[in-house]
Amino acid sequence: MSSAIGSPIDRVDGPQKVTGAARYTAEIVLPHMTYAAVVAATVASGRVAVIDTGRARGAEGVLAILTHEDLPKLAEPHLLPSLAGAAAPGQSFFPMQKDVVHYAGQPVALVVADSHERAQYAASLVEVTYERAPSITTIDEGRDAAYEAERLFGGLLPARDERGDVDTAMAEAEVRVDVAYRFAANHHNAIEPAATTAVWDDGRLTIYDSTQGIRASQLTVAQLLGMPLSDVRVITHFVGGGFGSKAMVWPHVTLAALAARHVGRPVKLSLTRQQMFTSAGHREEQEQQLAIGATRDGRLTAMHHEKLSITSPFDDWAEPATGVSSQLYACPNYRGEHRLVRGNTMTPTFTRGPGEAVGVFVLETAMDELAHELGIDPLELRVRNHAAVDGHGNPWSSDGLEECLRHGAELFGWAGRNPVPRSRRDGDWLIGTGMAAAAYPVPLFMPTQRARARLYADGSAVVQAGTQEFGTGVLTAMTQVAADGLGLPLGSVRFEAGDTDLPNVSSAVGSAGAGMISAAVHAAATALRDQLVATAVADADSPLHGADPATIEVREGRITQREYPGVGETYGELMQRNRLADAEAPGSWTPPPLDTPHGLLTFGAQFAEVAVDPEIGLVRARRMVGVFAPGRVLNPKTARSQLVGGMLWGLGQALLEGNRMDPRHGRWGATSLGEYLVPVNADAPEVTVDFVELTDTVVNPLGVKGVGEIGQVGVAAAIGNAVFHATGRRVRELPMAAELVMD
Amino acid sequence: MRPLSYRRAAEIGEAVATVSTEPTSAFLAGGTTEVDLVRLGVARHDLLVDINDLPLADIENLPGGGLRIGALARMNDVARAAQVVEMYPGIAQALLLGASEQLRNMATMGGNLCQRVRCAYFRDNVSPCNKREPGTGCSALDGQNRGHAILGTSEHCIATHPSDVAVALVAFDAVVHTIGPSGARIIPIENFYLLPGRTPHIEHPLEHGELIVAIEVPPLPVARGSLYLKFRDRQSYEFALVSVLSALLVQDGRITEVRLALGGVGTTPWRARRAEAQLVGAPATAGSFAAAAAAELDAAVLHEHNAFKQELAQRAIVRGLDQAMVSAVHGGAR
Repeated sequence: MSSAIGSPIDRVDGPQKVTGAARYTAEIVLPHMTYAAVVAATVASGRVAVIDTGRARGAEGVLAILTHEDLPKLAEPHLLPSLAGAAAPGQSFFPMQKDVVHYAGQPVALVVADSHERAQYAASLVEVTYERAPSITTIDEGRDAAYEAERLFGGLLPARDERGDVDTAMAEAEVRVDVAYRFAANHHNAIEPAATTAVWDDGRLTIYDSTQGIRASQLTVAQLLGMPLSDVRVITHFVGGGFGSKAMVWPHVTLAALAARHVGRPVKLSLTRQQMFTSAGHREEQEQQLAIGATRDGRLTAMHHEKLSITSPFDDWAEPATGVSSQLYACPNYRGEHRLVRGNTMTPTFTRGPGEAVGVFVLETAMDELAHELGIDPLELRVRNHAAVDGHGNPWSSDGLEECLRHGAELFGWAGRNPVPRSRRDGDWLIGTGMAAAAYPVPLFMPTQRARARLYADGSAVVQAGTQEFGTGVLTAMTQVAADGLGLPLGSVRFEAGDTDLPNVSSAVGSAGAGMISAAVHAAATALRDQLVATAVADADSPLHGADPATIEVREGRITQREYPGVGETYGELMQRNRLADAEAPGSWTPPPLDTPHGLLTFGAQFAEVAVDPEIGLVRARRMVGVFAPGRVLNPKTARSQLVGGMLWGLGQALLEGNRMDPRHGRWGATSLGEYLVPVNADAPEVTVDFVELTDTVVNPLGVKGVGEIGQVGVAAAIGNAVFHATGRRVRELPMAAELVMD
Repeated sequence: MRPLSYRRAAEIGEAVATVSTEPTSAFLAGGTTEVDLVRLGVARHDLLVDINDLPLADIENLPGGGLRIGALARMNDVARAAQVVEMYPGIAQALLLGASEQLRNMATMGGNLCQRVRCAYFRDNVSPCNKREPGTGCSALDGQNRGHAILGTSEHCIATHPSDVAVALVAFDAVVHTIGPSGARIIPIENFYLLPGRTPHIEHPLEHGELIVAIEVPPLPVARGSLYLKFRDRQSYEFALVSVLSALLVQDGRITEVRLALGGVGTTPWRARRAEAQLVGAPATAGSFAAAAAAELDAAVLHEHNAFKQELAQRAIVRGLDQAMVSAVHGGAR
């Protein structure tokens, strides 16, 4: 294989993005376009008693108003993660089918007008009278009715994970750390609010959608509308960030399609920033408790990890919090449990680092406390306990944790750290350092992934797969994979995506995108190369006639014998002589079975230095170091960007991000970026990212484990541990607001 | 968005006449808050009168000392004006910490004085709010009130005044010049901000159609050593949890003059007069600073989520005074 893979290639779509030529969904303009606006419920529970649309209908430019009284009845939605490859509504409830209101922000009417502004204004004139019922929107309100969930994630995962005898081992443990933590809800806040444009033509539907999975949008809309998949096409050129908010297909997508059918014109539905807080899921408010039992010399003997969180009235949803705590460290006795409170929110959803963003915070904070308790260096405690096998006794598909920890320690300057809290000061600031291990599960429950490669007789190629660019750099990385697979220079290959007419790829979620898409693209590109090599060795006029295909390689579009580089010809020469205008090959990859006998985690290590003003309670990160072992890195430049972004997400999670329900109204307290704080440039410290190289032959053909989540996981714990080191104060709540940190 | 008309005024008289005769109209200057509120549906004007063409952007030295700042001077222009930096560094610092570069290039001084509160219940256009819909109640009293005020509150409103530069201006006894339908007048800035009391929807003693044309800051030697400290959850793009404007004149170890004002904790930009009264004549020591801060904050009314602000403000005041000692104008034997 030549060298495009692993090179820090600039983004192929960079010029389009910086010049504004890249079209995002809400920027697509079609002839006769109309615009839809959602009227959202202002109460959290009850029913719509009366909808008076009189004033709205009289407003200028209004074409139609749809309510539960006239919206067609749809098939029932059933929650399932989009990666599974079936219809993926974000919740098992579709609004406007009846008069019931389950959560504030639920669509109760849809206004279509001839401009976005007029639709918004008319929506504000729709007068809805509610019959309000009591609501539950916080854990505190529903605590008494909490129940143990059986399965999570739309039934995909068990809610309980147990081995050994935890209670006995805990009781006999020489040392115990047992602490409870609380977490405010999080919202994704991608810079691009969700938008959908729907167009009908002769009974067939085309949807332009801001999604992390065009195929999931297609499957979901087709299922809800009872249409054949062949009549639903989804196109997505660029997405302005997802972070999980566009991983599932929320009601607005199908509402846009219904509105377009109703008015007989294209409809664009752009959610407002405010509506994004109630339209695309969130990370649920939650509490976790983790008890660890250990020996005096720092061996874990028992762990009990519990999560209590709030879900919707219709789904048992919790991000699974125990996927890492159950297997990162060797511990013979383990119990993980998830309990739920049913509340009046929409179904929560994946949020970057789903489950483990919080689960690993708890785990790695507790490990820091244990290290402090035992007087063992926190890093050494991790190394000492890191499991050689997963919870089922299977070896890791690839590891790298210790290398990440050691290399990170070196980059950060961890050695020689004085572990005594409050031992460094700089003016008004106390200085502290902290670290955490990071790990994130590698999901393999996607269906077969497919791609297609076509080579023209002039030596240029188009490689296609039905995925979409949402900021990760997938167009660039897949161009590299395709070029290497075909043996072509980068400039001769164009990677095409963003259309369900292309071969199937699943939603890019759970850090699975790079691994599964590269597998299909690699398969297609190498299949086409092999096809042309076979043509050459069978062609009596080819200099390669009769050669063993195993001895042949293709570089820069030239097919040669490896041992005799002078002997060969170009793809173009071969194809022209054989009267081939083009050649094409499909490629596919089916993931290993779910019971594949390997532990599947991606590992990393996080280090942070913080300054804390103990009088005022402010925490400022001064520098962060992350070292990761994500298997093969397709493009170190885009991978690094994703990891830096992930680490800054972790900073936000630790210090700033949180939303709380006002239980009196059942509405979120923050519904704008002025109220829901995310870090800004001024908050970003110096961030160092590096990789530990490793080969993984299990997860997929190129050994790619992905970088979408791992950069974020563990950061909050490293920061929290640094805050403890700086101040001696352990903050067990996120975000770590000033009032929790101040002396 | 609610439909509205837009007109551009060429002269002050025209602007005042237009707005004062249209009951649901308002002036539009930088628009950095106003346009937000219009889009949210919180501001429900039928007409916006753009005043950006009016000749009100100058920053001039006054003959007897002091400064006259035109109402349309942009925050950035004022923050970088040499005479502001030299004579009133606290004003320059408050402006620079008050908004992002982009906003500072757009937002005007007159608009800044009039900016509306950031209370989420005020801005959500749904919740009961006495400021938005008089008589509906205050959702923040028993709601999410972490960012809310602890000084100057009432049973009807506890929203924090968000301005930074206004904190410096109240400390320096600025005056606000206006022209309204009944003519020109001068309003001392402390009178320009009304406590919420029973009428939180009335924030300023302005007639409808009365336009701020300038802000005058009197000559004030103590201000040369002034300092503005702002503490907030994130480093930029964020309002203060607490901010402190401090300036001291110290002679022979005793405070002869002091200016102290607070942001982020009051329903108005808060002049800490009780603390100032205690400090004048007192030794310039940490003990005096702490006692004065405590006296000022003794009047604090705390709610569920903002109770920490009393201690936070106490520490911030002490730190502000402490740091002002470094730049204080000293006299006599040291």
